[in-house]
Amino acid sequence: MTAPVTAASMALDGGLLTADDAAPEGAFVSSRGFWGHVGHRLVRDPVAMGAGAVILLVVIVAILAPWITPMDPYKGSMLRRLKHVGDATYWLGSDELGRDMISRLMLGARLSLFIGVTPVLIAFVIGSGIGVLAGYVGGWTNTILMRTIDVFFAFPSVLLAIALSGALGAGIFNSIVSLTFVFVPQIARVAESVTTGIRRRDYIDAAKLSGASALTIMRVQVLGNVVGPIFVYSTSLISVSMILASGLSFLGLGVRPPEPEWGLMLNTLRTAIYVNPVVAALPGVCIFVVSIAFNLFSDGLRAAMEIRQ
Amino acid sequence: MSVIPDGHDPFARDRGGPAQPLLSVSGLYKHFPVRKAGGKKQVVRAVDGVDFDVLKGETLGIVGESGCGKSTTAKLLMGLIERDAGGLLYDGQAVGERAMPWRSYRREVQMVFQDSYASLNPRMTVEQSIAFGPKVNGVPGREAVERARALLARVGLEPRRFAGRYPHEISGGQRQRVNIARALALEPRLVLLDEAVSALDKSVEAQVLNLLLDLKAEFGLTYIFISHDLNVVRFISDRVMVMYLGRVSEIGLSDAVLDAPAHPYTEALMASMPSLDPDNRTAVALLAGDPPNPIDPPSGCRFHPRCPLAEEVCGVTEPPLDGIRPLHRVACLARQPGSGHARAPNPALAA
Amino acid sequence: MLLYILKRLVYVTPVAFGVSVVCFLLVHLAPGDPLSAVLPADATQATIDEMRAAYGFDKPLPVQYAIWLWHVLHGDLGISIATGRPVLGEVSRAVVNSLILASVATVIGFTFGTLFGFVAGYHRNSLADRAASALSVFGVSVPHYWLGMVLVIVFSATLGWLPPTGAGPDGSGNWRPDFDHLRYLILPAVTMSVIPMGIIARTVRALVADILSQDFVEALRAKGLDERGVFRHVVRNAAPTALAIMGLQLGYLLGGSILVETVFAWPGTGFLLNAAIFQRDLPLLQGSILVLAMFFVVLNLLVDVMQTALDPRIERA
Repeated sequence: MTAPVTAASMALDGGLLTADDAAPEGAFVSSRGFWGHVGHRLVRDPVAMGAGAVILLVVIVAILAPWITPMDPYKGSMLRRLKHVGDATYWLGSDELGRDMISRLMLGARLSLFIGVTPVLIAFVIGSGIGVLAGYVGGWTNTILMRTIDVFFAFPSVLLAIALSGALGAGIFNSIVSLTFVFVPQIARVAESVTTGIRRRDYIDAAKLSGASALTIMRVQVLGNVVGPIFVYSTSLISVSMILASGLSFLGLGVRPPEPEWGLMLNTLRTAIYVNPVVAALPGVCIFVVSIAFNLFSDGLRAAMEIRQ
Repeated sequence: MSVIPDGHDPFARDRGGPAQPLLSVSGLYKHFPVRKAGGKKQVVRAVDGVDFDVLKGETLGIVGESGCGKSTTAKLLMGLIERDAGGLLYDGQAVGERAMPWRSYRREVQMVFQDSYASLNPRMTVEQSIAFGPKVNGVPGREAVERARALLARVGLEPRRFAGRYPHEISGGQRQRVNIARALALEPRLVLLDEAVSALDKSVEAQVLNLLLDLKAEFGLTYIFISHDLNVVRFISDRVMVMYLGRVSEIGLSDAVLDAPAHPYTEALMASMPSLDPDNRTAVALLAGDPPNPIDPPSGCRFHPRCPLAEEVCGVTEPPLDGIRPLHRVACLARQPGSGHARAPNPALAA
Repeated sequence: MLLYILKRLVYVTPVAFGVSVVCFLLVHLAPGDPLSAVLPADATQATIDEMRAAYGFDKPLPVQYAIWLWHVLHGDLGISIATGRPVLGEVSRAVVNSLILASVATVIGFTFGTLFGFVAGYHRNSLADRAASALSVFGVSVPHYWLGMVLVIVFSATLGWLPPTGAGPDGSGNWRPDFDHLRYLILPAVTMSVIPMGIIARTVRALVADILSQDFVEALRAKGLDERGVFRHVVRNAAPTALAIMGLQLGYLLGGSILVETVFAWPGTGFLLNAAIFQRDLPLLQGSILVLAMFFVVLNLLVDVMQTALDPRIERA
């Protein structure tokens, strides 16, 4: 836990203000701070930056999709079904109803990202809330909250997602609710353990001694220290969430046709695997690429946050 | 440079007068429940009936081996853990009652922790950490920051260079100075230093100790100084209290207690301490082994299994903390007239 | 050790209770009347009330739960609305098929994952190491239902080597250990094995690298222990964790098999769940999920106990 002691700081231990310390008149030396350091290190990680670029690109395409698709993603033609990749009109071929694949994949990014990322975002807020509360308050509150969470851990996550959305019925909203339910316990457990660790630190005691209320301590002293690890953990869930969300649509439990969504497209194109296997596999490639990008970015973020303190 | 705002005088807050102890502790108990293998419920008697006074303007040193209850006592005094029993009287007013609620008491009493790193929030700059206390107590942001900077300068850290730094960017001694500044930011009258210099290098330790002495004189502070290092305690303390297994075994003026210990435990502590004077080194290690388990403390005098003077009576009778001369009290049957111990002073002579 | 097992059992009981509550509530989470699937659209109120009473839906929730739990504890998971057969029978047949698939997938994943993990851990930062970490990222990032499709495209649609769907040539729902059935097992099992393979490779790599960097290994080498001895040491220290992860992965695969089973039309629990969801066969849905979740709970318990038994470093307090 000892910070590296430089020669300069050793000399300063005496508390004697030497000429060297009187440095630039009037200017306060400010440090980058924790997130500054993390950003600095992340920028130097080529893999994480590459993954970040892919994510950024997909997000931009998703946002701009309605204006930039080369053709109408909903308009099909039974005469031009299942064109191959490299077709003069349909660059990435056409689907089983003769709709332009590239346009549908671009628009599909919208829904796929939305149903994949939203559950993690909501679960991040709810799970952090529950976990930080349980960790900071401790005692019976902790026991009750965490034992309840344990029950949800008794379900493999895919099973829980399918059980919930199966019971709730198909639809985008239900699929987001189910996946949120899957991730809340996982995030809450991480948040609880991080917070419990922080709560025992002396600086929390010191803050109590300053007369701060529990809420102020949680907001000012605890949150800043727990948000980082919980956030990194949550980013690592986005990849799983994307796969599961598209998986629910693949099963027919999420997005409904004719909306383009990668998982749903994968399902409807299954019948075409003998005629046009490459086109049939394309939506899966998109899910895979985005999922891998989120995983690599999350790994990079985790590595960047492992700073000696 | 004056850190204290105009019109502030620590003595102006005095209520009971110089004779009234600043803090009076009586019958303090804290037992922690533990579960041993087999599910049997037991308690650790961490603090088991402790009484003492802290006089205004003094430095009271508290010494003892690890596990003797020093740190638990510190946390009880600060209200960081709840006491099972016992009373705290701050300048004549009962702490936790209407006249002196915990909130007001905590503004008067602050603490410096042993681990300089763990006691600073790693996500806050030095300045933010110091300004936090004043801010939550209603000092406007700018003013709190100014106070933080002035205090940094006062503890020997040039604000321009240090105010914006994070704890991991400065050395242990510098961090402990920041912790001291933070404690002072709330203008306390009593500062509890729990092993505050123990983790520092010897040269840095001496500098921080001198800083503490200066600050005490400047702000009219009272210190409770907890340490396992008898040399440091002797240097800084006016009076010393020796604890053993959750109890006070001896208390008195530093010179009296440390030069002429009345309790065999204090004597053993002194002897086990490496002396700086080579002619004065004891060859025998008087304190063999670890202190007994506070879950199941020995009957009678808790020190008797390790005591060179132990007699049969020591395993039966618990020695009370008795005065042997003014300002010097000791819990030992061998010093107590009529205790039945062979070495006990003659009650007739004592009377 | 016995005391430890008892303690774990005491801890598992409330979790199992909670799981049963969640499964019970699933049915009540469903929108609309749980009977809507069986009742004709023009059913009179009297018929509806009669059916509600017959299924016990007219009683307060806690009472319904108590009755349901009582039946469950006696092995009665209710009657499937769609088929009219007992849920327990349907589920147990499906569980056997899923278990075969998940076990084979776990064994494949464990074998290759351990292999890659060992090579990577022994030669850190080598090409093999980078390949292993690429594999583990691939394993956790790939949508396995898509991977299944790709394998079908390559090995069935294009090469024609293996059958694309089903569990056997006769089209029957039961798998048998013979060559014909084995061919049907290969693609789904390989598809499923990718996830545990990546996770196990990553864990074993970390374990091996960690053990090799520890002082005691240096000491053993210094004492003249040959590389085979060192290897044995590494295996002994890495085995408990690796096996524990394998056990948990088996549980995850069993519970998460629905997507892969759907792709391959494998007649397991996933397939059953799929049918239950789309026919709104709530007793079947509830029963399958309860059985799978309980299986996972028990598996967790076994893994825990096994890990403790194998690993001398864990104190059995």
